[in-house]
Amino acid sequence: MLANVNRATPYLFLAPAVLVMAVALLYPIGYMIWASFLDWNPSQRIGEAEFVGLRNYIYLLGDAAFRESFWVTIRFAAIVVTVEMVLGVGLALLLDRKLRGMTVLRTIFILPMMIAPIVVGLMWRYMYHPTVGTLNRMLESVGLPSAPWLSDGTWAFASIVIADIWQWTPFIFILALAALQSLPQSAMEAARIDGASGWQLIWHVKLPLMLPVLIVTALLRLIDAFKVLEVILVLTNGGPGLSTEIVALRIARTAQEFQDLGTAAAMSNLLLILLLVLTILMFGYTRLTERRAARLAAAREAEIT
Amino acid sequence: MERRANPAFYALLVALVLMAVGPIWLMLATSLKLNVDIISGTSALFFVPTLNNYETVLCDYLWYEPEHVRRCDRTFGRALVNSLIVSTVATFLTLILGCMAAYALVRFRFMGRGVTSLTTLLVRMVPPAVLLVPVFGIWTFQYGLDGSRAGLVLVYVAMNLPFVIWILQSFIVQVPIQLEEAARMDGAGPFRTFFLVVLPLIKPGLAAAAIFTFRIAWNEFLLANALADRNTRTVPVVIVNSITEYDIDWGVIMATGMLLAIPPILFTLVASRQIITGMTAGAVKG
Repeated sequence: MLANVNRATPYLFLAPAVLVMAVALLYPIGYMIWASFLDWNPSQRIGEAEFVGLRNYIYLLGDAAFRESFWVTIRFAAIVVTVEMVLGVGLALLLDRKLRGMTVLRTIFILPMMIAPIVVGLMWRYMYHPTVGTLNRMLESVGLPSAPWLSDGTWAFASIVIADIWQWTPFIFILALAALQSLPQSAMEAARIDGASGWQLIWHVKLPLMLPVLIVTALLRLIDAFKVLEVILVLTNGGPGLSTEIVALRIARTAQEFQDLGTAAAMSNLLLILLLVLTILMFGYTRLTERRAARLAAAREAEIT
Repeated sequence: MERRANPAFYALLVALVLMAVGPIWLMLATSLKLNVDIISGTSALFFVPTLNNYETVLCDYLWYEPEHVRRCDRTFGRALVNSLIVSTVATFLTLILGCMAAYALVRFRFMGRGVTSLTTLLVRMVPPAVLLVPVFGIWTFQYGLDGSRAGLVLVYVAMNLPFVIWILQSFIVQVPIQLEEAARMDGAGPFRTFFLVVLPLIKPGLAAAAIFTFRIAWNEFLLANALADRNTRTVPVVIVNSITEYDIDWGVIMATGMLLAIPPILFTLVASRQIITGMTAGAVKG
């Protein structure tokens, strides 16, 4: 902290950012909460919309299509995060060694997540294409029947999961690798001197030590998985039927196709609450581990003196 | 671990690299193919590359008139310019506002610091889909910003600020405070200290933040689709519009996708270290 500065200085530094966030982020969120209690279509000003209380929410709870898309979202998020965590952490454990080309390798691995989700959707849509698509051609060339990648509900769900795994496993990998490489060497040495095998080392030393970072990584990824929209939009646009219609997509469709802004706002609100809970969980968990680390450090200090 | 790596390990590496790059390579290959080759299924490695698709897409900006383009469709060229303007301006503004706010939060103790800091953390997770309805309503009826580039810039800046503020905080904390105190002693005001002493020291952080912001603004579809009109559409919107049509012209659309993918790919190749630092800082300091 800097001493003796003008008391207005911090506010001057902060003002522009706070102003923009208030005008274009907080106000819209408040507006959305208000709109979720209205019967509102896009041609009306918000003042002309009729107040309907909780009707939008009650409608959503009884709406089979919304419930379906809610479960699709949960299933999608749970599956991709689990698979990506296992693959990403597994790869990090495998590749955690002194490797000459590691920098190049990491650069290549982060490419998929830097590319626009729209483009990722496009690439996979091409590969999944029933006739010109690469995947069916590959199946054909080894004599297998072609697969209905995007035209059958179950297959389509698997297809969007695969595309997401392709794009985001590297994220887990990079973070897990960073966590691994910052582990205290002393613990590893001690375990090795005690004769721990490779697997024991991983199960009893490396994974427990990495756990805090892994939990935060999983939560970050989970929050992002609820936000996925563009890839699915390009690949299936929610179909066939409702098999891949995640909530974010349903919000967009309710607003743009069905012109029902009130219900869309209510849905956004529910999604927001879900994400808020996850964020607070993550935040609380970080605080907890930090405090525990601080207490440990203090205890160690006390022991020494 | 000083084990001799076995061949299986290298095979795994090669397989991973192929999997990561494969789809991107396929897109590039398809964008360089004639439609006949795409339909007939020529392999992704051996074909006669052509720039036809790129000429079709960029016909507006060529100094010659490619003979295979019968009628030049200006949509894409215009979208490219829009995308460039919107994302560059949004990135620039986000960085300036963001680093000032981060500095205030790290270096000063003042009323409202806790609230600001907490709010910033919480609004980080707001997805574009949630902003869709309110932003459409407000931008159209209250701010009168619908269909303008300024409207898009505003929402992108606001969306990215929380993340940028929070990531830059971890870089500013590391700047030795003695440097700032020395500058103060020499009579520099807080703004001069900030811009001339602190900013140059957090360049890596700024680079990471800039790349993340640019990437989000450049790639965003949903809000751009709701806010932009015919003249201000960005590239992602144009791409989605052209694939909902029944017959997809794969060559041209892959060329468009490739052009949209090139800037992020370039950034990654140039600054992968900063990107990784930024990502790791994000997770470790949740």
